[in-house]
Amino acid sequence: MLSRLLPHPLLTILLSLVWCLLVNEIKLGTVVFGVILGLLIPIATAAYWPDRPMFSRPWKMIGYMVLVLWDILVANVVVAMIVLFKSNKNMRPQWVVIPLDLRKPEAITMLAGTITLTPGTVSADLSEDGRTLLVHALDADDPDAVRDDIKQRYERRIKEIFE
Amino acid sequence: MISLSDLGTISEIIVSALLVIGGFFTLVGSIGLLKLDNSMSRLHAPTKASTLGVGSLLMASMVYAFAAGDGSLHEVLVMAFLFVTAPISGNFIAKANMHRLRNKPDLPPPPPPPDHVWSTYSEK
Amino acid sequence: MILMALNFAFVAVALSQLLAMLRLVKGPNTGDRILALDTMVINAIALIILLGIRLGTDVYFESAMIIAMLGFVSTVAIARFVLRGDIIE
Repeated sequence: MLSRLLPHPLLTILLSLVWCLLVNEIKLGTVVFGVILGLLIPIATAAYWPDRPMFSRPWKMIGYMVLVLWDILVANVVVAMIVLFKSNKNMRPQWVVIPLDLRKPEAITMLAGTITLTPGTVSADLSEDGRTLLVHALDADDPDAVRDDIKQRYERRIKEIFE
Repeated sequence: MISLSDLGTISEIIVSALLVIGGFFTLVGSIGLLKLDNSMSRLHAPTKASTLGVGSLLMASMVYAFAAGDGSLHEVLVMAFLFVTAPISGNFIAKANMHRLRNKPDLPPPPPPPDHVWSTYSEK
Repeated sequence: MILMALNFAFVAVALSQLLAMLRLVKGPNTGDRILALDTMVINAIALIILLGIRLGTDVYFESAMIIAMLGFVSTVAIARFVLRGDIIE
């Protein structure tokens, strides 16, 4: 019963928050209307999204987001330096193959998004059985080091969030 | 010309710094787009530098609005939207590149994964 | 001081818009052109935000939001057309 009324609890919270931000004021009226929208939209769209993405430890998301934001800041400066001061001849673009431990599609999506957002690497393709990720690195001397870094730094944490 | 509202010194410094950082990173993104010499490398510069650049400009706008007295938070929404969509469009462009450029010298083929094939970049 | 920083940001973003346009004209293959268009959309959002700060109004944020959404959808649509020869299958 509860799962029919509230198919995606996190989506409900997100929708209410987005509505309040869109209206750009926090009054009782907007919050109530946001909550009503947040309750109705997941019910109306539940038929198109039957599975629930299960976070087992959602609170770890916050620490992960802070880590990723910090990495984006640091790595952006690094890439800016590469772009501005390194000649094209000295640059060594590489393909990196990452074998995945993650199995859930949501988790893989999140890992791919993180890899693309942290500069220097872009996730390009997934193998057909969804067990390997192809990543392009802008300037890497050692593809194995990049792979180990990604597996250590991001995949382990995403695994903790989802499993 | 509408004059800018008067802020305290500290918030003025913060807003100015954020504006300069934002402009700089946006510019670096486009310089990278023009300078780098192969399609996959070009993908790196704008998808990220521009995201951080626009993010920084949005932060400047938010700090400015708060310091001027009418705080607004919906810049966060634009920022979150850009950060969520940038990897997706980057991934789509990467796939389009791999699809168009397979077997061209511009894009050396990636090493084949052990006993399976890439979903976009396959030799078939 | 803010005015100087604003002018710097205006010039930087306008210049990067020009550079992206150069890549759009030059771009040897389709992927580069899509990327240049995507960059131009992001730079346009930056310009709108700067204009919002300069004029001190709030109304530009809705347009920034809408351009962000349209830019994303059109980038994905073009890339998908290049990939599959079709947008909605």
